[in-house]
Amino acid sequence: MTNELITSSASELAARLAAGEISSVEVTQAHLERTAQVDPAIHAYLHVDAEGALAAARAVDARRAAGDQLSVLAGVPIAVKDVMTATGMPTTCGSKILQGWVPPYESTVVTRIKAAGMPILGKTNMDEFAMGSSTEHSAYGPTRNPWDLERIPGGSGGGSSSVLASFQAPLATGTDTGGSIRQPAAVTGTVGTKPTYGGVSRYGLVALASSLDQAGPCGRTVLDTALLHEVMAGHDPMDSTSINAPVPAVVEAARRADVSGMRIGIVRELTGSGFQAGVQQRFDEAVQHLRDAGAEVVEVSCPSFTYALAAYYLILPSEASSNLAKFDAMRFGLRVLPEGIGDPSAEQVMAATRDAGFGDEVKRRIILGTYALSSGYYDAYYGSAQKVRRLIADDFAAAFERADVLVSPTAPTTAFRFGDKLDDPMAMYLNDIATIPANLAGVPGMSLPSGLAPEDGLPVGFQILAPAMQDQRLYAVGAALEARLLHAWGAPLLACAPTLNAVGQEA
Amino acid sequence: MAELTRADVAHLAALARIELSDHELETMVGELGIILESVATVQNAPIADVEPMSHPMPLVNVTRPDVRRPSLTAQQALAGAPEQDQQRFSVPRILEQD
Amino acid sequence: MSRPTTEATLPFEVALASYDPVLGLEVHVELGTQTKMFCGCAAVFGGEPNAQVCPVCLGLPGALPVVNEKAVESAIRIGLALDCQIASWCRFARKNYFYPDMPKNFQTSQYDEPIAFGGHLDVELEDGSTYRVEIERAHMEEDTGKSSHVGGATGRIHGATHSLVDYNRAGIPLIEIVTKPMTGAGERAPEIARAYVATLRDLLKALGVSDVKMEQGSMRCDVNLSLMPKGSTTFGTRTETKNVNSLRSVERAVRYEVGRQAAILAAGGTITQETRHWHEDTGVTTSGREKSDADDYRYFPEPDLVPVAPSAEYVEALRATLPEPPAARRRRLQAQWGYSDLEMRDVVNAALVDLIEQTVGAGASAAGARKWWSGEIARRANDAGSDVPTLAASIGVGPAEVVELESLVTGGRLNDSMARAVWEGVLAGEGTPTVVADARGLQLVQDSGALEAAVDRVIEANPEVAQKIRDGKAQAAGALIGQVMKELKGQADAAAARELILAKLA
Ligand SMILES: [Mg+2]
Ligand SMILES: [Zn+2]
Repeated sequence: MTNELITSSASELAARLAAGEISSVEVTQAHLERTAQVDPAIHAYLHVDAEGALAAARAVDARRAAGDQLSVLAGVPIAVKDVMTATGMPTTCGSKILQGWVPPYESTVVTRIKAAGMPILGKTNMDEFAMGSSTEHSAYGPTRNPWDLERIPGGSGGGSSSVLASFQAPLATGTDTGGSIRQPAAVTGTVGTKPTYGGVSRYGLVALASSLDQAGPCGRTVLDTALLHEVMAGHDPMDSTSINAPVPAVVEAARRADVSGMRIGIVRELTGSGFQAGVQQRFDEAVQHLRDAGAEVVEVSCPSFTYALAAYYLILPSEASSNLAKFDAMRFGLRVLPEGIGDPSAEQVMAATRDAGFGDEVKRRIILGTYALSSGYYDAYYGSAQKVRRLIADDFAAAFERADVLVSPTAPTTAFRFGDKLDDPMAMYLNDIATIPANLAGVPGMSLPSGLAPEDGLPVGFQILAPAMQDQRLYAVGAALEARLLHAWGAPLLACAPTLNAVGQEA
Repeated sequence: MAELTRADVAHLAALARIELSDHELETMVGELGIILESVATVQNAPIADVEPMSHPMPLVNVTRPDVRRPSLTAQQALAGAPEQDQQRFSVPRILEQD
Repeated sequence: MSRPTTEATLPFEVALASYDPVLGLEVHVELGTQTKMFCGCAAVFGGEPNAQVCPVCLGLPGALPVVNEKAVESAIRIGLALDCQIASWCRFARKNYFYPDMPKNFQTSQYDEPIAFGGHLDVELEDGSTYRVEIERAHMEEDTGKSSHVGGATGRIHGATHSLVDYNRAGIPLIEIVTKPMTGAGERAPEIARAYVATLRDLLKALGVSDVKMEQGSMRCDVNLSLMPKGSTTFGTRTETKNVNSLRSVERAVRYEVGRQAAILAAGGTITQETRHWHEDTGVTTSGREKSDADDYRYFPEPDLVPVAPSAEYVEALRATLPEPPAARRRRLQAQWGYSDLEMRDVVNAALVDLIEQTVGAGASAAGARKWWSGEIARRANDAGSDVPTLAASIGVGPAEVVELESLVTGGRLNDSMARAVWEGVLAGEGTPTVVADARGLQLVQDSGALEAAVDRVIEANPEVAQKIRDGKAQAAGALIGQVMKELKGQADAAAARELILAKLA
């Protein structure tokens, strides 16, 4: 029973909860037990809220018993990335500077999750302030990839991808500034969507780069991800950049799983050299599946994507340097007094705290952003990057004239080993080469598993990109591909993942 | 492109209010040099007559009505404060600015 | 830290013999909106500390700003009233610098894309001439919190051990109005500076966008000043004097900086580009912080807010709501009311224009309205440190009471001194003029027989005075009128008594 409760998809759990076959308390308890067993090895959670989750589960069970009208995912538990504020729980963003900070308000996303009756299991680990692709930059230690404990689970949302891949939660939330939902999904064999910029409220999400950040759903199946997408998305008057329009019909698209007649564009700049052989191979096979499903495949070129990484690593640090200025030891969070100074000034306390409270990668990016915005350099760096951003958006617009969706591998490689890229920031940054353009242009993107790379037996991610506000196309294509792959494999990819302990994956 | 010197990085760190140790400064100069060389390639893109793009979506005029919403209580506001006194945030002595 | 409090200055006239001042003014105005610039907290002065704050204005991680539509409307109306162009598309920008009273460590402001730019304001000077102040821009931004410094001897920033910060003010909408450099003002620079701020204050008040109380900080002025040698057209190094928060201070600060800078230049020195602070008590400016590389504010477009793009129709609709410019309105009303220049100035200085306009509109004479609103009640308002409109409102007295009082006089029930007594009673809260007159039994003697009998008695009792009047000395009648008034306990119509006396002694 327990195995089944943790290996079931969210949509299966939802159906059984609705049918009264299982209770939310049982499901929640099963996941909490799983966490107690496996998370010492994985370290996906920074905070587990067993009491709060069970209380929420009891409440939703009671409402169901009383005959209340409940939302589809009511009673299905979820893990929340530690970048989203929730009352009654700490929000740390993986940083020492926020250690123990309990926010006095709640993010819109978490409020919606609670309103949907979903128990929150806890807060997941992440690279500090979402800066990284490996969770190695978490101040609280890295999260391990359930496929290989010596390898990274992706980042910054490595905690969320790992709770899914290790069956500690059926659903999780993520945020994606340059790939932090999609790349972790790719390297853990899970699904993740970065919605259209403005599709999900950013209110209460600790900002990394405001014009790039977008929260989105993480799941083990395309349909699960769509169900969570509908819970999270929608207009929020508290976020000026929130889109005031109906949420695209993502669940319907995931259920129809129909790509017949669709034109699928392969982005020439995001394939071939630079991509691991097994990654390319699984990508090519996935494209063939889509062709077989009735899609037309074309090749498109987005020449400005060559400059995307450079533009991104100017825009992101610039905005981040400003967004992270509020962490100054005055109103909340860590306060560190400088050593050897008897009567330090506020200025000195700020500087000492920011040195002690921020990790190296955060400091590096803040200094870089400070430089890119400073007078005399603004035009050459930040200004030029904003112009490149326009070129990239134009490339997307032209490509979407020729194709309904664009596809590429999500990341150039499978999960790398801890420490492999830690001393080489540029090598780390190159991980995001395929995911970054979508953030710069604001268009939606999804990653779903396309198999294991033959050379290392690790998951490979397939990325789908759609025009702004056409998020449902991601789900149509993703679900169609998923169905064909499932048929070919005979079981979900995660059934191949190593058994972490007594619990198997016989789903 | 101008090479970043140690003094430059020290100045930037001061602007960003980060007290870097000598060792950190040293490392940072090298790393930033490499990163800057790479990101400076944006200047090679064909951007001559391109309009900069600050926002991914072309929204304008998003405002709210001038209507009160509940504030936090002072207790909630001060709950995370490292130090407080007389219902105010207590901060170290402030150097003059404008 | 020891700080010089006095520096050498040249007498103003001496300074102006050699140098031309170049003046620039930056005025920050707190808007009188219900809520803050980017959140729904109350935008009010004071209050229980840190009780008007929320995640947004406290700069908590994750919080996001949303623009107050009323603040945009006010900014556009201010821009239009200053004859500015209104941007068809503009953005907010972040001005990045660290300071404990600024929650996000950046101020959300506008940089190279202000909502209003390129206007002017004509100011009238004492000698009746007009000086046109060119307006560079007016832009939207947010206020900071307020620190109180603890441990220093004077409560000032220097010598303090720590500071206590209240963020209630953080995020209150501000409009910053910046002039272009004003040249050619010469010795009138101090007067022009003051007149500009006063005119701007009146204009903002007429727009109803702010309470513009300089003493409470809802209108604050920074004075930029430099000198150039007479005949030169190259601006000198300027200083920016902060904290100039009364009309009188604006004038004095300009005068002081002219003298101080001239003394330095005359001695062969150079002016340091710096922020200076104005000290109301001692009447001097002192050195603040030197401008340096640290003033690199790293402005960039605020990514959390979308551009503001007011449509032409919206702007024109707002233009239609603009009130008559205060100066034009004053000229119109003065002519309409027949006041002398001196009378009008007194009325303006006592903030009585609106009240008199309403009172005249309610049916009172202009002379009567001025007389009743600037007498006893003005003295009491002055004693209370308030103004007449505020005091009148607190008593519950308005135009209707003045109209009623005046009709009691014109209707012949009260004479002037009785009316004064009645007005005192009204101001004391005893009721309407009629109620007060009834309660006090004030009523001119209407019975002509009684008046005639009193006149006869007085003539008989004062034969010598009566003879003088018979001999043609009509002015002697005053003494007899006084007697008649006494006989009738003040309730006589003095004019009728006079007529009767003169007739009887013709
Ligand atoms: Mg300003
Ligand atoms: Zn607020």
